[in-house]
Amino acid sequence: MVFNSITIVWGLLFIGTTISWFIAPEEDYLSPLLPGIAIILIAFLKVRLILLYFMDLRVAPQPWRGLFEAWMISACALILTLYTMGT
Amino acid sequence: MTKNVPIKRLPGEEGVWGFVFGDMVMFTMFFATLLFYRYENGALFAQSQSLLNQNYGAMNTLLLLTSSWFVALGVFQYRKGKTQTGARLLIPAFACGVGFVGIKFLEFGEKIAAGITLNSNEFFTLYYMFTGIHLLHVLVGLGVLFFLWRVARGAPDGSATQTLESGGIFWHMVDLLWIVLFPLIYLI
Repeated sequence: MVFNSITIVWGLLFIGTTISWFIAPEEDYLSPLLPGIAIILIAFLKVRLILLYFMDLRVAPQPWRGLFEAWMISACALILTLYTMGT
Repeated sequence: MTKNVPIKRLPGEEGVWGFVFGDMVMFTMFFATLLFYRYENGALFAQSQSLLNQNYGAMNTLLLLTSSWFVALGVFQYRKGKTQTGARLLIPAFACGVGFVGIKFLEFGEKIAAGITLNSNEFFTLYYMFTGIHLLHVLVGLGVLFFLWRVARGAPDGSATQTLESGGIFWHMVDLLWIVLFPLIYLI
């Protein structure tokens, strides 16, 4: 099996998922806001890795790459805002 | 880091990217709906969420991202001319996808057996709806993977590479959407 960027990215995705699983706030958690925000940010870091390295957007011409990066930033901002409002 | 494609070019077909973008925007509305409901009724949201099994959601995340990894490796090998290796890598990718569906059915089955249905409360309506729509994407994706496997085993040519890239992009999107849906429904 080739040990290339695709495999390194898979390792990072795996670690990110495990960290999120571990820090997930319990129901009676005193301050769920920070772990929640961390979990959302980790999710979008994972999204970015998938877009760039699995979907190969890193080699795509700028309008396409820009479109998806813009979606990613807007979606992340929207989710963080709604999450913070509701916590 | 590998540099398998030196020049700037859009992998796959433009139409697939357009479709994927539309789907991602639709799911963004699902994410916002879920969080807006949480904002309006936080206590019920937290109480309902505590009835979910986080382990199922997390295992399914690991299965999908591992499946995506196999597909990315398969496309990478196919592009390098190792077409049969590329085709073979799609088999474990398919198996991981089947594992996702199996766990999802197990989870839905447990919930229904415990009397938790689409009509239990708003949280569970959204839970069944959004994870159900995502599950449909996984099922379609499994069909796509099967098709890609057949293409990859055939005579290699430029259009086959593009087909593999396009199908791969769809499957990665299914993974990507779950990566956001999973923490919003199960974790936070």
